[in-house]
Amino acid sequence: MDLNFTDTEAQFRAECREWLQANVPTGLPSGDTHEGFALHLEWERTLFDARYAVVSWPEQYGGRGATAMEWLIFEEEYYRAGGPQRVTQNGIFLLAPTVFDFGTDAQKDHILPRMARGDDLWAQGWSEPGAGSDLAGIQSKAVRDETAGGWRLSGQKTWTTRGAFCTHLFGLFRSDPTAERHRGLTYFLVPLDTDGVTVRGFGRLDGDEGFAEVFLDDVFVADDAVLGGVDQGWSVAMATAGVERGLTLRSPGRFLAAADRLVDLYRSVGDAADDRLRDDVVKAVIDAEAYRWQTFLTVTRMLEGESTGSESSMTKIFWSEMDVRIHATALGLLGPDAELDGPWMKGYQFALSGPIYAGTNEIQRNVIAERVLGLPRK
Amino acid sequence: MRFAFTEDQLAFRDAVRDLLANECPPAVVRAAWEGAGRAPGAWSALAEMGVLGAMAPESAGGLGLSVLDLVLLAEEAGYAALPEPFVEHAMVAVPVLPDPAAAAAGEVTATAAIGAPFVPFGADADLVLLDDDDAVVCTARGGFTARPIDGVDASRRLATVTFDEAEIVGDAGALAAAFDRGALGTAAQLIGVTRRMLDLTVDYVKDREQFGVPIGSFQAVKHHLADARIALEFARPLVYRAAWSLATGDPDAAVHVSMGKSLASDAAELTSTKTLQAHGAMGYSFEYDLHLFMKRAWAWAGSWGDAPWHRARVGRAVL
Repeated sequence: MDLNFTDTEAQFRAECREWLQANVPTGLPSGDTHEGFALHLEWERTLFDARYAVVSWPEQYGGRGATAMEWLIFEEEYYRAGGPQRVTQNGIFLLAPTVFDFGTDAQKDHILPRMARGDDLWAQGWSEPGAGSDLAGIQSKAVRDETAGGWRLSGQKTWTTRGAFCTHLFGLFRSDPTAERHRGLTYFLVPLDTDGVTVRGFGRLDGDEGFAEVFLDDVFVADDAVLGGVDQGWSVAMATAGVERGLTLRSPGRFLAAADRLVDLYRSVGDAADDRLRDDVVKAVIDAEAYRWQTFLTVTRMLEGESTGSESSMTKIFWSEMDVRIHATALGLLGPDAELDGPWMKGYQFALSGPIYAGTNEIQRNVIAERVLGLPRK
Repeated sequence: MRFAFTEDQLAFRDAVRDLLANECPPAVVRAAWEGAGRAPGAWSALAEMGVLGAMAPESAGGLGLSVLDLVLLAEEAGYAALPEPFVEHAMVAVPVLPDPAAAAAGEVTATAAIGAPFVPFGADADLVLLDDDDAVVCTARGGFTARPIDGVDASRRLATVTFDEAEIVGDAGALAAAFDRGALGTAAQLIGVTRRMLDLTVDYVKDREQFGVPIGSFQAVKHHLADARIALEFARPLVYRAAWSLATGDPDAAVHVSMGKSLASDAAELTSTKTLQAHGAMGYSFEYDLHLFMKRAWAWAGSWGDAPWHRARVGRAVL
C-alpha cells in the first residue's frame, strides 16, 4: 500500500490545476438550454485544444493516454476549479468506452476524434415509452434493407438527455422481430439529421429543455452504423451500462467539490447552535471521502487485473443518494432562502434525478442482491 | 497511489482467519456467554502465531509490525466475534508498554479503556491501561479493583476499574495515539462483524422458504441486504486508509480514524437491524447465532467513540 501519489501523478495534478484554475469559465448558464449549450460547447473546444477533453484516451484520438488514477486526479481538479458538468459526457463517458471495446478501426478513427473535438455530440437512445428500467422491452425496430445495403430504423426513443442539442444518437433497436427480450437487439449509431428523424425537446423537473423524444420513421443507416455485431446489442449495451453506473459518469471529484461548497455554505450561513445540520454537513464530508477512497481501492484492483463488474451498482446508489443528501443539507442551511431559484435548489432538482437515471436504484439494489450477494432471482 | 495490501499482509490475514474458524466458531462465543467468559484456546493460538505481540519490537519477542499489518487481523477477530480484548491487548497496550515481552508472548492479558467508563474484560485481565490526568497509566493485577457490570454482550465482559497503584507508561501524545489505535482497531472489528452478520443472513434467506420460494428472492428482503452491503462497501476503505495514516504518521490521522470509525459504527448498526429483519422471528431467538454478532456490533459501535462522537471530532477539524 502506498497512498501517496507518485511524482508523475503529483506533477500531472499540478499541471491540471494550474491550467484549470486559469481557464475554467465562471457563470455559465445551464447547459441544458439552447443558449447555454452553445457556451458549454465553446468550453468543450477550449478543453480539447489544451488536450484536457479526454485525458484518458490514447493520443491518436485526442487524449493524453492518462492512467485511471490520473483520470481521477483530472476529475478532482476539474471540479475543484469549479468546472461545469460536461455537456459531452454521454459521448465521451458512455459511448466512447463501447467504441473502444467493440468498434472497428474505421469506426474508431471516424467517431472518436470528432467526439473529442465536440464536432459530433452524442445522445443516448435507450429508453422508450414502454422500456425504462425494463430496457429489454425495447420495441423500436431495425429492418434489413439488402438492396440499399443497410438498415431501416423505426420507433420512438424518449428521456434522451440533451437530445434537442445533439447531432447523433446511439441506441438499441430490435433487429430480429422473432427474438424476445434481450435477444435480437442491435446497437446503432444514427446521425440525427438523417431523413425521417424528428427530435422534440421537452422540459425536465427544473424546466430546462434537457430531455427530448426522438421519433424515427423509416430512417436509413448503412452497415457501418452498427456497433458490435448484429443482434449482439444487449451485451454491447451492457458494457456501457456498467460504465455509466460506475465511475466514469460521476467520479468522486464532483462530490468532493460539492462537499467543499457545502462546508463553505455552513461557514457563511450555518447556525452554530444547530447540531443536526452541523452533523449532516460532516456526514457529507465523510461520505465524499468514502467514495473517493472506495474508488482508489477499486481502481487499484482494476489496474491489478481483478474484475469489478456488478459492484458498480453499489457505486451508483452511493453517489446518487449522497448527492441528494448534500443538496438537502444545503437547503436546510439556507432556511427561508432555500426556495429561491439559486444554485442549490437547481442542484437539488438535478440530484433528484440521480436515483432514477442510469437504472433506478431499486433495480440496482436487485443487482447487488443477486450478483454481489448471490441471492436467487426467483 | 496503490491502495491494496501486500501479499504478506493478506497471507497473515488468511492464517488468522483459518485459526479463528477452527478455534472460535459460534459455539465458543456462546460458551463465553454461558460462563466460560473468554476463548482461551483461540487466545493462546493467537499468541503462538505471534499475533498478540505483532506490534512489539523483535527485541521483545514481537514482529515489529504496524497497525497497517494488524487492521486486517482485527477485522477477522471481529468476524469471529472473538470474546477476548484483542484490540485492547494487541493494538492499544502492546505498543505502549515499556516492557511488552510478557504481553507479546500472551503470558499476561492486557486490556484498556481510554475516556470510557467500562473496561472490557477488566476483571479478567492482568494489566489494565487507562487514561489518567492526560497520560496513559498501567495498573497490574493486585493494584486495581475490578467490579463486573453486565453489558448487552455477555461475551465481552465489562468491569469498572479503580486502581491503587499504577505506572505512567505514556504522555499525552501517547494517550492520543493509543486512543486512535483503539478506535481504528474497533472500526476494523466492526467491519468484520458486519461481514459476518451479512454472510449469516445471505445463507439463511437463500435457504428459508415461504410462499414456496426462498425469502431471499423477495425484493423487500434483497433491498435490506443490499443497503447493508453498500454501507460495508463504503466504510471499509476509510478504515484501511486510517490504518495507513496512523502507520505513516500522517498529521490528519486522527481525523481519518474518526471518519472510518463513524462509518464502521453506522454500517454495523444498520446491518444489525437489516439482518435481524431479514431473518424474521428466527433472528429474534436466543438459540440462533445472529444475536451473538449483533450484540457485539452494538457494543463495539459505541466503544472507542460512537459515530456521533467521531463525527463531532471530524467537524472540529473541517468546519
